[in-house]
Amino acid sequence: MIAARGLERRFGSKRILRGLDLDVGDRDFLVVTGPNGSGKSTLLGLCAGLLAPTGGTIDVAADRGEIGYLAHEPLVYRELTALENLDLYGRLYRVPERRERIGMLLERFLLWEARHERVSAFSRGMVQRLALCRALLHEPRLLLLDEPFTGLDPAGATLLDAELEALRGARTIVVSTHEPDRLRELATARLDLARAA
Amino acid sequence: MTYFGDVAALARKDLLLELRSRDTLPAMLLFVVSTLVVFHFALPADSSDVAAGGLLWVAIVFTALLGLTRAFAAEREQRLLDGLVLAPCDRSAIWLAKGASVMAFLLLAEAVALPAFALFFAPVDVTLVAAVLLADIGIAAVGTLLAAMAAASRARELLLPLLFLPLAIPVIVGGVGATVADEPARYLGFLALYDLLFAILSWASFEYVVTE
Repeated sequence: MIAARGLERRFGSKRILRGLDLDVGDRDFLVVTGPNGSGKSTLLGLCAGLLAPTGGTIDVAADRGEIGYLAHEPLVYRELTALENLDLYGRLYRVPERRERIGMLLERFLLWEARHERVSAFSRGMVQRLALCRALLHEPRLLLLDEPFTGLDPAGATLLDAELEALRGARTIVVSTHEPDRLRELATARLDLARAA
Repeated sequence: MTYFGDVAALARKDLLLELRSRDTLPAMLLFVVSTLVVFHFALPADSSDVAAGGLLWVAIVFTALLGLTRAFAAEREQRLLDGLVLAPCDRSAIWLAKGASVMAFLLLAEAVALPAFALFFAPVDVTLVAAVLLADIGIAAVGTLLAAMAAASRARELLLPLLFLPLAIPVIVGGVGATVADEPARYLGFLALYDLLFAILSWASFEYVVTE
């Protein structure tokens, strides 16, 4: 699904990734770890196609409509409601039976009651749960999750655990995290960017 | 869902955001009316309608610039362009939808500005309205592309006027010409040609701008 050779990314004079070789197979579950600034988010941005490598190559065998991407930012409009945000993305991603899919995700992530509220009124954890709904909305083949547990309360984290367990083996999943132990049972591969550097 | 369905969904989102946040349109309305009031007192009482016509176009271009500065504010502040760019829709739909909302705000500002111009300076005729409509299309087309480029820059407040104003000079030339010339058809044609050229260029190059 993902093949990188000698992958390098610079921001100005600062080199974030250098000479990274990476192979992620179809339906693998890769956990990426490393300290702040080691390039976890950069690697996911490269996999999503949002960044271009400054050296080496990266091939991702998924079209952009087949990628679900959870970034540091939730990528939802604060002045729209949860329902309006998901409806917009559902239209753009051509999600079949959009309303049913949105309703199911909102219920699963405990946001159904708040579906008509603006995101600006949401707590940090609710925003993160909505961002997860957005990333999962179109049932992507490749799921890229950048520190998905950030901001989630224990209940939200448990929901995400269950979701990842359900998706494991059915999707290719790349998760960057500072909590690798949480995903130990799910991971089929690991990448420590502190060592890779 | 068609291409125009994507455009409609994105434009609806922009209009809804403005309806709720009221960040852009009130500022544009206040600016254009204030500018015309300032010009009214700055211009000598015996000055010609030709001079007043020129000032109307200055007010329109700078009001548009104000709207363009805010065009990608939500996407920039929350990095939402990443989310839109990742969607499998044609990326030019983002440009077309944003251009349509910019034009809608500009039309609403002009719906106030033209009566104010008629009140302070000179009557508004059909030719002037046609010139303003044609100018709006060109301003929205090229301005939206440049606003997207500037949104990615740290010096966006500086960059957008530097990029936009030189490219708006033909709009001023065409608009003023259509306002004051005895035979305005030539200038209206010039504005239509500008619209066509820059709409095609902006439509074709938007994908490159948002991905690079």
